[in-house]
Amino acid sequence: MSTLVYINSNDGLAKNALEAVTYGKKLGGDVNVVTTGGADEATLASLGEYGAGKVMVDRSVTSNDPGQIANVVKAAAEATGATTVIFSHDFIAKAAAPRVSVKLKAGLVSGAIDVPEGNKVKVNVFSGKAFGYVEVNTDTKIISLLPNSFQPEAGGSACGVEEFNGNAGEAAIKVIETKKPEGDIPLPEAELVVSAGRGLKGPENWGMIEELASELGAATACSRPVADIGWRPHHEHVGQTGVAIRPNLYIAAGISGAIQHLAGVNGSKVIVVVNTDAEAPFFKAADYGIVGDAFEVIPRLTEAVKNFKAAN
Amino acid sequence: MKILVCISKSPDTTSKIAFTDGDTKFDENGVQYIVNPYDEWYALVRALELKEAGGGTVSIITVGTAADDAIIRKALAIGADEAVRIDAEPTDAYFTAMQIAEYAKSNGFDLVLTGKETINYNGSQVGGMIAEGMEVPFISLASKLEVNGSSATADVEIVGGVQTVEFGLPAVISAAKGMAEQRIPNMRGIMAARTKPLNVVAPADVSALTSFTSYAMPPAKSECKMIDPENMDELVELLHNEAKVI
Repeated sequence: MSTLVYINSNDGLAKNALEAVTYGKKLGGDVNVVTTGGADEATLASLGEYGAGKVMVDRSVTSNDPGQIANVVKAAAEATGATTVIFSHDFIAKAAAPRVSVKLKAGLVSGAIDVPEGNKVKVNVFSGKAFGYVEVNTDTKIISLLPNSFQPEAGGSACGVEEFNGNAGEAAIKVIETKKPEGDIPLPEAELVVSAGRGLKGPENWGMIEELASELGAATACSRPVADIGWRPHHEHVGQTGVAIRPNLYIAAGISGAIQHLAGVNGSKVIVVVNTDAEAPFFKAADYGIVGDAFEVIPRLTEAVKNFKAAN
Repeated sequence: MKILVCISKSPDTTSKIAFTDGDTKFDENGVQYIVNPYDEWYALVRALELKEAGGGTVSIITVGTAADDAIIRKALAIGADEAVRIDAEPTDAYFTAMQIAEYAKSNGFDLVLTGKETINYNGSQVGGMIAEGMEVPFISLASKLEVNGSSATADVEIVGGVQTVEFGLPAVISAAKGMAEQRIPNMRGIMAARTKPLNVVAPADVSALTSFTSYAMPPAKSECKMIDPENMDELVELLHNEAKVI
């Protein structure tokens, strides 16, 4: 059995790339990595520590063009005789993995949260409200692993890196401009998230949320009503129709916990809820609850985090 | 310009999720079906805006049985010109996408829009598969879409930011939040939807690549531990020593 893991290395190696290689190793058998992007040889060789036997790099692909990436992955899967192809279920996988599935006529499982049992793979369905088991009916399967489902495990040693020509073809999508807000921690990858809702009464009161987030090294998020009335930018909206996140810690202040909000955050490992209303439905989904006024509790929590950091 | 909008049905966002037949089937008892929000709020409404600005037609397509005609009429009430139903059970994303790709190719659409995912299966698969089936560009997770003649630009999500991209038509675009604002159908739209054409088309011969064999509910969450609002040191201590997340 042979596994091929696709990772993107345009901006070095992201954590979810290491997770995908670790996952590939857990399947047993050979693990080959195919990558597009500009990471240098030593960086790519370090993937051996996570279980890669070999890294194949196609440097002709410099953008995130899903058509080109799909061509390279198909060529690499054929060159290595892969029976399983792994992606990390990020924005690139969502664009490229379906194309690879059609090219290889191989069943695609999106949002996997566990290693396969035979041909069956466990996934999140109904926006995290339930699990499903997907059976793949083809000899080759493609699995897109939900980020933060497995932690990277280093242990091996560096592996070989070879240049690979995956016949990527021309890019069909031309990048005109890239905007990345400086300094902010991107929400989908954040391990710690501090979020607030209408209970904060107005956009001018977000200072204390940002302070707590900055003290923790966390990203900030918000509920849908807050994004809809323009208190916070849309990309901060977590929930069923916004961003779905799976951080290690999610702190929610002044959010009642409507089912649509929970759908976006119920993959969080630990949930802390601050609400004045002891009957708020969010407490049922929380690990730690504080019935109290966010305007008092949040600054107090920030202070406690400061003290903790000073003492540790 | 000819625009095709793919719609899927999904349970209302407040539906209770449960399973029957030994956890092999979604329990539809008491479930209200809606048009998948990403398909309706963003893909369909943006298609209508483009038509209003530049002319053309908007067609809706779904793969489903006669039971889905109700949600097709709901979508028509928002404003499309016509609907197409490929008459088959949508067994998996590949089956569904190949049906739509086939129809889109043979009917010469310039733009095919989908929602970024359905809220029941969350697969984000159908759009990319349609694009591959049509051999056209796929623009995934777009929060903005502008058409300029035979090309178009879109804002797409990337790690920690947004990228503006340009591409030629035809193309398939998956719509995310921000692309348009939800529209509530008015009475005139609802009346007009009753008489708009709904063409039922026989499916192409395609085999599914995957199938859902069973489902499970997540384990019940353990009791929420209540912390004294005066004592945030205790919370920090618990997050560090018990939960081990900071």
